[in-house]
Amino acid sequence: MSIGGIEVEGREAVAAEAVLDTTNVEGRSQWQLTWRRLRADRVAMVALVVIIIMVVLALAAPLFVAITHHPPNIAYPNTGEDASGNPVGPGTAGFWLGSDGTGRDLFIRILYGARISLFVGFVTTGLGAFAGVAVGLIAGYFGGVIDTILARFTDAVLAFPYIVLALSLAVVVGPSLTVIIAVIAFFSWAAIARIVRGQTLSIKEKEYIEAARSLGAGPFRIMFLDILPNLLAPVLVIATLYIPTAVVFEATLSFLGLGIQPPTASWGNILSEATNFYQVAWWYVVFPAAALLITTLAFNLLGDGIRDAMDPRTERVFAAGRGRRRRTKRDKAADASALDVAHAAPSGPTAGSS
Amino acid sequence: MALFGFLVRRILTGIVVIWLVATGAFFLFFARPVDTVARQLAGRAATPQVINEVISNLGLNQPIMVQYWHFIKNLVQGNLGFSYFTGESVDTMLKQDLPPTISLVIGGLVLWLVVGLSVGIISATRPRSLFDRSATVAVLVGLSMPVFVIGELLILFVFVPLNKHGFTWIQTGYAGISQGVLTWMGHMILPWITLAAVQAAVYTRLTRGQLLDTLGEDYIRTARSKGLTERRVVYKHGVRAALTPVVSQLGVDIGQLLGGVIVVESVFGLGGLGETSVQAIDTDNLPVIIGFVVLAATFVVVANIIVDLVYAVLDPRVRIA
Repeated sequence: MSIGGIEVEGREAVAAEAVLDTTNVEGRSQWQLTWRRLRADRVAMVALVVIIIMVVLALAAPLFVAITHHPPNIAYPNTGEDASGNPVGPGTAGFWLGSDGTGRDLFIRILYGARISLFVGFVTTGLGAFAGVAVGLIAGYFGGVIDTILARFTDAVLAFPYIVLALSLAVVVGPSLTVIIAVIAFFSWAAIARIVRGQTLSIKEKEYIEAARSLGAGPFRIMFLDILPNLLAPVLVIATLYIPTAVVFEATLSFLGLGIQPPTASWGNILSEATNFYQVAWWYVVFPAAALLITTLAFNLLGDGIRDAMDPRTERVFAAGRGRRRRTKRDKAADASALDVAHAAPSGPTAGSS
Repeated sequence: MALFGFLVRRILTGIVVIWLVATGAFFLFFARPVDTVARQLAGRAATPQVINEVISNLGLNQPIMVQYWHFIKNLVQGNLGFSYFTGESVDTMLKQDLPPTISLVIGGLVLWLVVGLSVGIISATRPRSLFDRSATVAVLVGLSMPVFVIGELLILFVFVPLNKHGFTWIQTGYAGISQGVLTWMGHMILPWITLAAVQAAVYTRLTRGQLLDTLGEDYIRTARSKGLTERRVVYKHGVRAALTPVVSQLGVDIGQLLGGVIVVESVFGLGGLGETSVQAIDTDNLPVIIGFVVLAATFVVVANIIVDLVYAVLDPRVRIA
């Protein structure tokens, strides 16, 4: 029952423009359509702007050091601590967001923490997506024993308590940025592989794959040139949603002292140091926590938005305060039966069943 | 009988998994140079002779296969070895740490399932209501929050102000049930909320989505047209079918629960297994770390067997045999 109002409503912005712009009709690619729908999504756009601001702030961290004259790892016992040695509050003595437990500039350290968090987020997700796509394609395309082995391995990784492995690796090789990236990437590919495998299984039965094979295309040509382009949409969505997970993961490892090591700033180790100052310095917890929450929330909202834009029929989980109606299966069924009734069927509800 | 065969098979594969994890952990950890530990034990000014003596006392100079044989032999007898530093039995150490960890896991699990399932069900039965929308926003915030941040914010905005104003029921640290159930709950309430928050968000989202899908099925309409009450349709026909994917997700998440336990124990200073293992890592106390890893693997295996059993009870289509 995909007829009628459902499709039209989902793409109404695009459709309306097409009507207005009849003099200059042009074909639009799937990506152009997606971008248009995404642009109409206010929540996703705000999230995108927030992410861009975060990235710019992180990149501009040295600039703020030049303005405040507070390098990230330098302590200022005279100006950055009060008489009893506690952190000073926001706005005091040139410390915009206050100082930390040893008299360093909290704002500058949060900015440098953002560099680590975003770097880890993007790099691990990139590595994870790359490995996940490769494993998923191979398992789904070749099937048989290869599939069984890879699928079991994927399940095992998904069920493994990742913190335990991260702890173990931190012991064996010692904590470092490389280890963090390796551990997070190791746990990020499995979910992507599972989705890619499922999609590959259905795509490889399509006629155009048959056609490619009969033209003499080899398995790798088919996998990467014929199947892969059709998988980019779901992979992009899950990758966007994976970035916040990676950011949280890094922060958690650093919080436990197994990630980024002091004095290098990371949101996790700032929040870990803050635990000794609950009673005297609320800003020490609130600002890094806010930076972390805003970043992960923005990526989650953007990921949801991209998913909706890719497929206008999917149900949107986050729908509060937005104009577009969210569609549930029940609504669709109701619409469908309403349509049927309106068109012909005099027999009421039973006509709606199809 | 089918159930018995299933249990035997699952327990056997479970033992194999635990053995693999233990072996992996053993070789992973013992593949490192031994003199760092010995040097720490022997003190800074130790001569090479003293260090060698410490190494041989710990049995670290024997061939690795001999050490492995000892390790497995002891493991089968339930002996996880002895702490390098205090000489205390790892079994005893872990046993002492069990009460806070078990309190945390059970309470957190109950809270997370109760909140996640009930909010999910209410949201799904009233889609687009104010409740549903608020729940959706809360879920998104919950999903974006690291566990330790929730814990820190609870301490900052609940624990600190309450204690400042003389309301001292809510505490950090651990108090055993022997000190009174109320005292125990006062110490555990914030850790429970922290452990449950993120997972409750995941399960709210999952339950809501599954139940919405299920309620659109034909057999639900059949149930309604038979004249069943809405309550009966939703709970007897809808929820039961919607819960099966939720339960299978639970099997996957049990492992992640352990990660949460480590973090929550560290935030609230509960002094359970997780905190002990993090401290053991700081001091290179290998027997304790391996003991924790083996215990964690056992926990995951047992929990998964239970989840599979529940799954079979909920969904009659699942054949146990």
